[in-house]
Amino acid sequence: MNDNNTPNDWLFEITPKNKFFSLNLKEVWQYRDLLLLFVKRDVITVYKQTVLGPLWYLIQPLFTSVTFTIIFNNVAGIDTGTVPPFLFNLAGITVWNYFTACLTGTSDTFKANAAIFGKVYFPRIITPLSVVISNLVKFGIQFLIFIGFYIFYYFQGANLGLNGLILFFPILIIIMGLLGLGLGMLISAMVTKYRDFSHLIGFGIQLLMYLSAVMYPMSLIKDKLPGYGWLVEYNPLAYIIETARYMLLDVGEVSVLGLSYTLAVTIAVFFIGLLVFNKTEKSFIDTV
Amino acid sequence: MKKDIILKAENISKQYRLGQVGTGTLSHDINRWWHKIRGKENPYLKIGDINDRSTKGNSDYVWALQDINFEVERGEVLGIIGKNGAGKSTLLKILSKVTAPTTGSIKSRGRIASLLEVGTGFNGEMTGRENIFLNGAILGMTKKEISSKLDEIIEFSGCERYIDTPVKRYSSGMTVRLAFAVAAFLEPEILVIDEVLAVGDAEFQKKAIGKMQDISREGGRTVLFVSHNMAAIQKLCTKCVLLQNGKFIAQGKTDDIIQQYLQQSGGSQGKYILDTTISKKKKVYATSLTIEDKEGNLMNEIPVGKPWGVIVDFTVNENINNLIIAIGITDIHDSPISTSWSLPQELKKGNYSATFFEDTIKFNTGQYKLLIGISRGNEVIEYIDNSLFVIFSDVINQQDESIVNNKSGIIINQMLVKIDRINTTI
Repeated sequence: MNDNNTPNDWLFEITPKNKFFSLNLKEVWQYRDLLLLFVKRDVITVYKQTVLGPLWYLIQPLFTSVTFTIIFNNVAGIDTGTVPPFLFNLAGITVWNYFTACLTGTSDTFKANAAIFGKVYFPRIITPLSVVISNLVKFGIQFLIFIGFYIFYYFQGANLGLNGLILFFPILIIIMGLLGLGLGMLISAMVTKYRDFSHLIGFGIQLLMYLSAVMYPMSLIKDKLPGYGWLVEYNPLAYIIETARYMLLDVGEVSVLGLSYTLAVTIAVFFIGLLVFNKTEKSFIDTV
Repeated sequence: MKKDIILKAENISKQYRLGQVGTGTLSHDINRWWHKIRGKENPYLKIGDINDRSTKGNSDYVWALQDINFEVERGEVLGIIGKNGAGKSTLLKILSKVTAPTTGSIKSRGRIASLLEVGTGFNGEMTGRENIFLNGAILGMTKKEISSKLDEIIEFSGCERYIDTPVKRYSSGMTVRLAFAVAAFLEPEILVIDEVLAVGDAEFQKKAIGKMQDISREGGRTVLFVSHNMAAIQKLCTKCVLLQNGKFIAQGKTDDIIQQYLQQSGGSQGKYILDTTISKKKKVYATSLTIEDKEGNLMNEIPVGKPWGVIVDFTVNENINNLIIAIGITDIHDSPISTSWSLPQELKKGNYSATFFEDTIKFNTGQYKLLIGISRGNEVIEYIDNSLFVIFSDVINQQDESIVNNKSGIIINQMLVKIDRINTTI
C-alpha cells in the first residue's frame, strides 16, 4: 500500500467535466468478465421457460423469408437470377437481422438499464457491447440454418457458387455490428432526455429495410427507379447486404468504392456514437 | 501524526432541475449550448434554491448538494446522516460514480464499490449461483475472485438450499441476504453502503453489522455508511458527517454528530407548543409541554441530578370521567425507559395543566424523548410521539457528590452498597 501523501498520488478523480474523448480501454478490460457474464445472461435467459428454446431464433427468419419470397418474388416478380429466391431472401434477412438486433438492442441501453446504472458503476459501454456480442451468437444460429438450406438447394441441383471473398465475410459482419452499435449508442444517448427518438426507431428500421436491398438486388433499383436509386446508393447498409450476398451466393456486384464508403461511414458513426455515449453516461441518470 | 487520507471531497455541488422534461428543457438546453459555444459560463449555474421541499421556491433549479467538503481516513467508518432531502443519497451516488457532480471533485486513493440497494442487477431467471457471479462482476470482481470465495459467500448468505433455484423464487429476505453476501466479500478499499440493513431479520442485521465491523477493523478498509438508524450508526461508525438541505453542517465524532442531528430535528426548547389543528376536535387534547426545574424556571437543559418537572397543558372539550394523563420517557433509539401516569380524574370542560415531577431518578447525560398519552379507561384519546426532547447535561461545579459520573448506563443513581463481615476463616 502506498503511504506517501504527495498530492498527486490519487488513484482517480471524479469531476463534473468529461474529457472530450475518454474510452478507458483498461477499465473495460478489467471488466471483461462482466462482459462475458452479460453475454451469457442474454443468451441463456432467452431459452428459460420456453418449450422451443433456441428454435425461436430460427422461426422468425424462416417465416419472413417465406413471406418475402411469396410477395416479392412470386407476386411482384423480382428476379433473383440463378439463385433460388428463398435462399436469396434468407441471406439478406439473416444479415439484416443482425443489424436490427444490434441497433434496437443498444438503442435503449440507458433507458432499459436505468435501475442498475442508477445504483452501481461499471463502464457503461459494457452493456451495448454485450448486446452486440450476444446477438452474434443468435446470428451464428441463424446462419447455420442458412447453411442448411444452402446445402439442401445445392443437392437439389441449383446453380450455387461460393465466392472466394467468403473469407472476408466475418469482417463484413463486424462492420455491420459496429454500425449497429454506433448508431444504437447515438440514439440511446438521445433517448435519455428526449423519448421522441425511441418512437422514431421503431418504424425507422422498417423503412430502412426497404432502402437496404434486403429483398432485391441493388442493380434492380437502379434500373427501375433511376430517380430514387441514390437513396439506396447512399445507404451503407445496402452495400453490406449486397456484398454479403455476393460472398455467399455469388450474385450481384461488389463495388469497392461503395464498400470504402460504407467503411468510412461505419467508423465515423461508431466514433461519434462512442463520443456521445461517453458524454451521456456521466449524468444521464438525472434526466432518464 | 500524518493523516492517511483515502478520500477527499472538494466543493461538491449538484444541481437538479425541477419539473418535467419537455419543450422548456429543450429551450434551456439550447440556451446553455449557445452560451457554451460562445465560451460563456452555464447561465443556469448561478441560480438555484436550496433544497427545501416544503417551501415554494422561485427557481426551477435546486441544489441537492452545495459546497460539500470532507476527508476520510483509511480504515475509518464514516456515517453520513441527515434528514430526508439532506442530500445523503445524492452524495453517495456521486461517490459511486453513478452521476457526476455539477461542480467540484472527489479524489480517491482506492477503488470504490457501492452497495446502494441490494438486489439490483439480479436476474430473476438465473439461479442464485449464476447471480453471485453476475452481481459480483457488476460490483467489479473478476470471475476468479468470485470462484475463490463462492463457498464463503453461499455460507454467509444462508441460502445453500436454494442456490440452484432461479432468484425469482426467492423471498425478499433471501434476495437481500444473497446480495449482501456478495458485496460483503468484495474487496474494494472503500465500500459505500446505503440503508441496506432495512430489510432482513434481526439475526441477519446483526450478522451484517458484524461483517461491516470486520471489514473496517480487520480488513483496514474504509466504509461510508448512510442510514436513518442511529443505533446502527452509533455501533458502526467512528466518525460522522451531518448534512442538512444539501449543505454540510458538521463532521466529527459519531456521538457528537448524532446529538447535533437529533437537536436539529427538534432539540430541547424548554417549552413546546403542540400543533392542535387536528387534535382540537378531540374530547381532550394537549396544547403544550414545558420542562421546568424545581423553582419553576423554564429549562432548556437540565443539569444531571437536579430535580425536574414536565408540565403538560391540556384542554377538555366536554365533561369527562376516568381521564388519565401520562408521559413516557424513551432513549433516542425509542427504547422505553419509564412511564408515569395520573390517577383517573373526573374533569369538567376547561383548560388544565398536569405536572410530573422527578427528584429521585438521575438520568445520565444525553438526550431523551418524551411522549404524551391521554386516555379514558382503555380508550386512547391522544398519543403524541413527536420530537419532544429533554436534555440532561453535565454542569461544572456540580456539588452533588453522590453522583459518580462514569458515563455508562441511563440511570446513574447508585444502589446502596454495604459490606458485612460474615466470618474470617476461609
